[in-house]
Amino acid sequence: MAGTVTQRALPAPFQDYGLDEAYDEMISADGTARPQYEHLYQALRELPASEFRRRQQISDLSFLHQGITFTVYGRKEGTEKIFPNDLLPRIITNEEWTRIEKGLAQRITALNLFLRDLYHEGRILNDGVVPRELVYSCKHFRRQMRGLYVRKDAYVTVAGTDLIRMPSGEFVVLEDNLRVPSGVSYMLVSRQVMKRIFPDLFRQCGVQGIEHYSQALLATLRSLAPQGASEPTIVLLTPGVYNSAYFEHAFLARQMGIELVEGRDLVAHDNFIYMRTTEGLRRVDVIYRRIDDDFIDPLAFRQDSSLGAPGLFNAYRAGNVSLANALGTGVADDKAVYAYVPAIIKYYLGEDPVLNNVETFQMSDPAQRHHVLENLEKYVVKAVGESGGYGMLIGPQSTAEQRDDFRRRVENDPRNYIAQPTIMLSRAPCIIDGKVQPRHVDLRPYILFGEKTTIVPGGLTRVALKKGSLVVNSSQGGGSKDTWVLH
Amino acid sequence: MLSRVAESLYWMSRYLERAEHTARVIKVQLNLMLERETEDDDRHWKRMLKSLGIDLAEVKEGEAQAVAKSLIHSTGSRSSIVSCIMAARENSRQVREQVSSEMWEQLNRMFIDVNRSSADEAWDVGDFLQAIKDGSHLFQGITDSTMTHGEGWQFIQAGRSIERASSLATLLGVHFREFYGKGAEPEPLEWIGLLRSCTAFEAYCKAYTADLRPDRIAEFLVLNPSFPHSIRFSADALETAMKQVGAEVSSRRSARVERIAGRMQATLAFGQIDEIMSSGLQAYLETVLRQCSQAHSALYQTYIAYPIEAALQAS
Repeated sequence: MAGTVTQRALPAPFQDYGLDEAYDEMISADGTARPQYEHLYQALRELPASEFRRRQQISDLSFLHQGITFTVYGRKEGTEKIFPNDLLPRIITNEEWTRIEKGLAQRITALNLFLRDLYHEGRILNDGVVPRELVYSCKHFRRQMRGLYVRKDAYVTVAGTDLIRMPSGEFVVLEDNLRVPSGVSYMLVSRQVMKRIFPDLFRQCGVQGIEHYSQALLATLRSLAPQGASEPTIVLLTPGVYNSAYFEHAFLARQMGIELVEGRDLVAHDNFIYMRTTEGLRRVDVIYRRIDDDFIDPLAFRQDSSLGAPGLFNAYRAGNVSLANALGTGVADDKAVYAYVPAIIKYYLGEDPVLNNVETFQMSDPAQRHHVLENLEKYVVKAVGESGGYGMLIGPQSTAEQRDDFRRRVENDPRNYIAQPTIMLSRAPCIIDGKVQPRHVDLRPYILFGEKTTIVPGGLTRVALKKGSLVVNSSQGGGSKDTWVLH
Repeated sequence: MLSRVAESLYWMSRYLERAEHTARVIKVQLNLMLERETEDDDRHWKRMLKSLGIDLAEVKEGEAQAVAKSLIHSTGSRSSIVSCIMAARENSRQVREQVSSEMWEQLNRMFIDVNRSSADEAWDVGDFLQAIKDGSHLFQGITDSTMTHGEGWQFIQAGRSIERASSLATLLGVHFREFYGKGAEPEPLEWIGLLRSCTAFEAYCKAYTADLRPDRIAEFLVLNPSFPHSIRFSADALETAMKQVGAEVSSRRSARVERIAGRMQATLAFGQIDEIMSSGLQAYLETVLRQCSQAHSALYQTYIAYPIEAALQAS
């Protein structure tokens, strides 16, 4: 394996578990297990391989039977795939988590202040902290949101922030997902399965619970209800069964006990939103929408959308219905705006960021662009408005052809691209083909922002299942594993 | 309950009932063919197609058997068994969080089996049709024992009852036109076939002995109050379902659909077979079909596709 550091061999079953320059979640540099992994490490040494296979089967079957699938786009319509779940938990200490939690709460608070400011006075633009052109040229900036009052100033109600761990062991923010982040259902289901498969280990380790996520989400949504709605009707708006995250939409709606609606179930009348029920029309107060801005209301945004509800935006503007997340939040998770988040935190809160950013080069800046294009094989280049691992180039793993292609793309539309140095994501032990092998992982905790900020201790640890791969997205061959935050 | 959810549950149930009915009719027909003379094949297939409500104008001479075959596993034909299972599954997929996991899993399993067996060269038609009937029965049992018998369950009952009443009326109409009152010798095999197509042979024998008389068969399949594959039984079930839904939604708008279902039920409950036969069974069955389609539209207008203005006034 490239870059393997020679060191003494690990005991069975870890013979193939060579350490390299990436941070290893389980084994420290001296070849011993980190304290939080002690129990798992012992279990791995004691359990026979056949037992792992058996438990992996139980896990796979329970995912299969529950139909926990996602849809891969670009193939035959409606190709459903099982989401691969790795058996071994990723373990985070309480101390590490406290810092993450603090950093995420700080970040979401600042980003919500930023969004409020952008769509109202624009102080941060006037003060020249964030360049005006950058904001106005962002394709997720919604001028329709100018001057619109958002309930409790909660623009981003649900965020999923991607963290990665540097070779030094420090957690840094790779990107913010502030539009319609998904994956939380995998976090919840994977926990259910793990508790069944490793009950003893789970107890020994002392893991913090995450099952209250749905109640916390419901409480957050309820706190956003328009004034006067004492028993608000809350619904989850889905694009429908062909959407890649439909399983999650149905799952969350059931967990919260709210209706799962599609655009065609909603009717706007006199600036109020109703849903069509067998009892007649019923007023809707809060919509947890899992449809992108563009598709939510054909009258206000894309006219060819049949997923949303015509008239929804006017009802929203009139304050008769709340949306979570608010529209136009994508401007704050634009990858070019990302570079300014430390400055944004400083500007609004007067604090230094608890969690750092990854060094980011703006392709719209000629000097930075020149530097990156000269050294493309060292950098990861990303389109600013894309997500899900689409539209990116990983320099060290690319071909000359792909690099030429990206060079052309960047030169044609520099504002649309940023570059970051290739970072060795940390690695965690996984069971692959019955053996313990290291794979690269990231961490996506979910943050709820309403009356208060709630972050359930844990998140989705995504795994790049291909050996050596650094791409963890489910659409690109990634899987997940349970994340244990210890007491 | 969302109107869209009610709609999906209703159609899931209708499609599954249709698949089961089609499977049974074809299976009986295949059995009868074994004992018939071969030159009449095309005529028999045509009659069977007609009794399943297929428009014969689109069936070319000598192709009836091929069309019947396509009714089993052609995805090109919308009324085929495979298409019905797919449609039922698709409808339940739309409302997955509303049906029990057991129901979804059963329907999903049927869908997977159906796809697999029609791709398999060695598949046996008889086994296939039997599996559809068994699967549908299993699904109904699972539904009854795992789903809350609330509004959603009532829409499932309504879907099945309307589908069953109308397919029975179509089947009986075609059969009696062909075999009844022609003065010729009655053909016992055909009458047994009709009863079997409604899983009614054994039940009929219990009620009337094995003495097969067309007017008694009509009485049994149209008016019997306690046999599940009679029109009367289906009408009772539909009326109950609509009453229950009406009570649950406590809306004045429910009156119309309840009235239509109630009238259909009453007509059957107070019907006399000799009167029906003397004034014309065909006309009577046509009334049943008309009432079924009225009940369907009333259900739609009341609960699913109602005009917004009316709903705003009512609320």
